[in-house]
Amino acid sequence: MENRENPEQVEDRENDMTITKAGPSRRGVLKGATALGAAALVTPFGTPLRAAPKAGGTLRVGMAHGSTTDAMDPGTWEADFMIFQAHTRNNYLTEIAPDGSLIPELAEGWEASPDAKVWTFNIRGGVMFHSGHKLVGEDVKASIEHHMGEESTSAAKPIVADITDIAVDGMNVIFTLANGNADFPFVLSDYHLPILPAKDGKIDPNTTDGCGPFKIASMEFGVGASYVKHDGYWKEGLPYFDGIEQIVIHDDAARQNALISGEVDYIDTADLNTVALLKRSPGIEILAVTGTQHYGLPMDTRAAPFSDNNVRQALKYGINRQQLVDTILNGFGSLGNDHPIGPGQRFFNTELEQKAYDPDKAKFYLKEAGMSSLDVDIHLADAAFAGAMDAGVLYSESASSGGINLNVVREPNDGYWSNVWMQKPFVGTYWGGRPTEDWMFATAYSEGAAWNETYWSHERFNELLVSARSELNEETRREMYWEMQDIVANQGGIIIPMFAAYVGAYSDALAKPEQVASNWRNDGHRIGERWWFA
Amino acid sequence: MSHIWSMILQRLALGLLTLFIVSLIIFGATELLPGDFAQEILGQSATPETVKALREKLGLDQPMHIRYLGWLADILRGDFGESLANGQPVADLIGKRLGNTLSLAIYAAAIAVPLSLALGILAALFRNSFFDRFANASALTSISFPEFFVAYILIFLMAGRDGLFPSMASFRTDPSFTEYLYRAFLPALTLTLVVTAHMMRMTRAAIINLLASPYIEMARLKGMNPMRVIVKHALPNALAPIINVVALNLAYLITGVVVVEVVFVYPGLGQLMVDSVAARDMPVVQGVALIFAAAYVLLNLTADVLATLSNPRLVHGR
Repeated sequence: MENRENPEQVEDRENDMTITKAGPSRRGVLKGATALGAAALVTPFGTPLRAAPKAGGTLRVGMAHGSTTDAMDPGTWEADFMIFQAHTRNNYLTEIAPDGSLIPELAEGWEASPDAKVWTFNIRGGVMFHSGHKLVGEDVKASIEHHMGEESTSAAKPIVADITDIAVDGMNVIFTLANGNADFPFVLSDYHLPILPAKDGKIDPNTTDGCGPFKIASMEFGVGASYVKHDGYWKEGLPYFDGIEQIVIHDDAARQNALISGEVDYIDTADLNTVALLKRSPGIEILAVTGTQHYGLPMDTRAAPFSDNNVRQALKYGINRQQLVDTILNGFGSLGNDHPIGPGQRFFNTELEQKAYDPDKAKFYLKEAGMSSLDVDIHLADAAFAGAMDAGVLYSESASSGGINLNVVREPNDGYWSNVWMQKPFVGTYWGGRPTEDWMFATAYSEGAAWNETYWSHERFNELLVSARSELNEETRREMYWEMQDIVANQGGIIIPMFAAYVGAYSDALAKPEQVASNWRNDGHRIGERWWFA
Repeated sequence: MSHIWSMILQRLALGLLTLFIVSLIIFGATELLPGDFAQEILGQSATPETVKALREKLGLDQPMHIRYLGWLADILRGDFGESLANGQPVADLIGKRLGNTLSLAIYAAAIAVPLSLALGILAALFRNSFFDRFANASALTSISFPEFFVAYILIFLMAGRDGLFPSMASFRTDPSFTEYLYRAFLPALTLTLVVTAHMMRMTRAAIINLLASPYIEMARLKGMNPMRVIVKHALPNALAPIINVVALNLAYLITGVVVVEVVFVYPGLGQLMVDSVAARDMPVVQGVALIFAAAYVLLNLTADVLATLSNPRLVHGR
């Protein structure tokens, strides 16, 4: 290992990085969680409210997504139904804890070479798949390699593209990257990368096996799935539920009604327009978490008039963010500042000035661009994000006082991502967000990235992105990411008016831990092993 | 009778031709939709390389006519192919959903057909009375509302925390017959309300049309009971148009109920069709379209045969 030759540097890294080798042990985390839970048992009135986690019961989950065209292949997972399935059935090398930090899962620990190019993951021993197969290094290698290579049709192909080699040495798996990446362990928590059993060096992508908390008892795409507890699960005492019923309920009213009438215990999405009414129903609690999910309006920075940064700034000042959060999100969200980093993230720039609606500034920037008024079309459909059409109309209203005549063009939901997004110059988009700054920026802001939806290229930004990625000193890294957020916010091609909360609802028969993860819906999609019946 | 058999054979042959044309049209129309399977299934996470690799893997890079002929050759061998999305055999995907769709259609028809015939006959009998107007008005009201609205009203009235019936028809295991009737009652009732008006009004109109005929006047002048006049004398002659309307509505119950399926979380063919079109999953789209077209062809054929049989002049042709 390269890092053994330079112990000083290794030590340095361990002090500086929050993702040190071997984070808290799972049991430690659980103990901590229980202690937190115990603190919450006493209400302000001094009466105990909740007992410690109790085992038993079948959790019934109503989900807003799920299509008959879903598939078992992890490379095809895109919507919540399959991502929920993924975390219920599978484990990953690393896990994003409810507080957003990275903790070990199937990897007990990891260490990197000083240039962050070679990563060694130590695989946990004694982990059993549902089929009885015992987890070994080859399973890890084959699971990741499934997404790599020329032939790969996986949606995760771009995120593993940097891996040049995976070697197995007993229970150690050694990843070699083309470029240094200090955040690599985060990448391995991506939902596309579950660890599946390998046979002859390959995984069967259609397998229903896994080593997560629940076994699949039946799976009918677009209808539902049922799971039973995996008795040999390695996390002690987990999961609490005996089984899970996952039911697809597309219709908002039907889903909420199913919760009210007690046919399900939890719904992953509540309609924002009626959530206030839902809240009034007895025994129903609302769960709203704001994390990294954000809605945006990307502009093609190669096309006139968006090629002029003054025009982009004018458009950014012409939008009334507070109004959008209040009406489109019904308050379930927070203001966006035209960059994709959420307030809860490690390197969120706390000193960047929050842009506000300012028609005079919009006019000023238009003048700078040599225009007295601006006529532009924005192409939207509700496929871009829930309420996109309404947001367009509100935006058009507010922009008009800034001398911008914004014409909202309604596009069909069907085929939106292939025919409108990244095809038309001014559109709508949503991002679930990424757990690290580097990952988010590299995915959608770096020059030449497949999803660089604004076709933006900024020399200083791209330079910073590459050097920050392999920078192991946290202070220097922070400065770099702060500067990058500033650049994206004031020179980038996307308007990000709001961060949207994930809003679900549950029956008070369920109990949840004190802290609920915000990286995805459904407690990071791990509600199956984190929640219990009170 | 022999000419009826030859009519059936002839119509079946024409039906096959219809199915062939339908498959051509559906294939062409799906091709015209923007985007293909590879783009749609990868969605926001599509990159040019993965789209290309997926197309090659599934043979989507071949020209349209080659793909159509390949599909046609498989169908002629009785092989519906496999879903592009998850490799499941289309026959399996359709089989289970078709069972669900048919049982819901039969359930709804078992309530709707007798109900609307009875209402139609009574409305004709008590023409222009309060009952006639009330039946007409309420049937027209329920058909005028969109289906999902009728569904929500029924859920509001009959389901809920302590409701009589469940709002979700979804069942993950095979339910017993009585449990099925219980769980699927609200969707069946919604469909009943939607199709009743059409059949009831046709029954009423067809009968009233005949009531002006001399032979009915004769029967009435004989002093025959008005109910008997209608059921014994008018109804047999009014059957042909009624049968046709019933057949059309039954076809609708099989092919057009996706909204009701969604509201009541009922896993039928409609949702399968919608999902597959959205993903451009051609083999499944084609398979479901063939089932729908076949339902129309067969129900229309049945209606024609029954209408012929109901008319002695056609059965005993000179």
